[in-house]
Amino acid sequence: MTSTPPDVIDALVGIEPGDDLDAVRAGRPEARLHAQGSYLALFEPRDQSHMSLEERHAVAAFVAVLHAQPAAAEFYSSALTDAQGGSDRVAALVLDEAERASHPGPYGAFPGENADESTTGPGYAVASVESAYVLGDRLAAALEHAHLLTLHPRDADREAIQRLFDAGWSSTGVVTLSQLVAFLAFQIRVVQGLTALRGRAEAQRRPEGDIR
Amino acid sequence: MTESLAQLPEIDPPARFTQDLLNWRTWVEPLPVEEFTELHYEALVQRSRVSNEYFRLLARDPDILRERTLTDFDIFFNTEAGLPRADREIAATAASRVNGCVYCASVHSAFASHHSRRRDEVQRLLDEGVAARTDPRWDAIVDATVALTATPSTFGDRELDALVAAGLDELEILDAIMAGAFFNWANRLMLSLGEPSR
Repeated sequence: MTSTPPDVIDALVGIEPGDDLDAVRAGRPEARLHAQGSYLALFEPRDQSHMSLEERHAVAAFVAVLHAQPAAAEFYSSALTDAQGGSDRVAALVLDEAERASHPGPYGAFPGENADESTTGPGYAVASVESAYVLGDRLAAALEHAHLLTLHPRDADREAIQRLFDAGWSSTGVVTLSQLVAFLAFQIRVVQGLTALRGRAEAQRRPEGDIR
Repeated sequence: MTESLAQLPEIDPPARFTQDLLNWRTWVEPLPVEEFTELHYEALVQRSRVSNEYFRLLARDPDILRERTLTDFDIFFNTEAGLPRADREIAATAASRVNGCVYCASVHSAFASHHSRRRDEVQRLLDEGVAARTDPRWDAIVDATVALTATPSTFGDRELDALVAAGLDELEILDAIMAGAFFNWANRLMLSLGEPSR
């Protein structure tokens, strides 16, 4: 008998069966089931011919570190290290690149009559020829695209897709990569929101005088 | 072999954020209808979505499309208690306005107007941006969504205190978080795989 894999959102927030938040989440059972199903579709895929498991974990760790949500960053960084097996160099490099690429978002250009609301921030490219060599063309291009989608998605354009094609990505691979980065933007925000909700409830349950 | 971008029809970009009906034009070739199998139709959840090029594009990876669609439906259409639909659509609109997704904002602001009958106030969110004030409830939902949408997220006690003060219970707060978080998923797909056109 196989055990049900733990719900990643619950695990990262620290929700246990019977908790208040467990009961609240049970009010939206399909969203809970299929948020986890989305995670499994991306990280335990039936078909990895357009995006390998190693690429998925590398991009996920990069994106999670950009979000700076401690539990998620730790979870996806560990998953990357586990997934790389023999190649710690790639894992270490991806995490270094993510630290270097971190910046508050969202920024970027607004179109048309909203152009005066535009804000600017850094673009991102893999640091050096050596890094690009270790990561390879496909992964280097994927990290650059993940940075765009995570921090300044309104700057995305056709040329960004062309760069992925030029690095060897297929149309289907582009869809999977985009879904993975965008899904993490969702999942990590749910973790952030529920962690805050849990923290507030716990603070209110502490007896008076227990100030910390 | 290097793949090619989709042929783009003539684009008539919207001038500003709007509740008007817009089109969305893909940059990446959707899966041709002739190549759809039962697996792809199941991924659409609603078969009629095969006529929409955005969903035909996402059908290239059917497993994640199916799971995403079922997540979406529960967050927005499960009105068993919790946040009224209009308020969920306000969260979707606020995330889309901050991220700059003109297409997503058009669809969900129109839903917010439909369900709330407060079209002028919804329009102010589009015209003036998320700093526009409407009433304490929507202000709290908009501010919470804006904080949640920042990277890194700045959502915390201040936003939760405002949501509680506006009368939201824990399930309603969960709905607000899920709706705002989900649009951080949707906005990134629609901003990076195509563009809006009138």
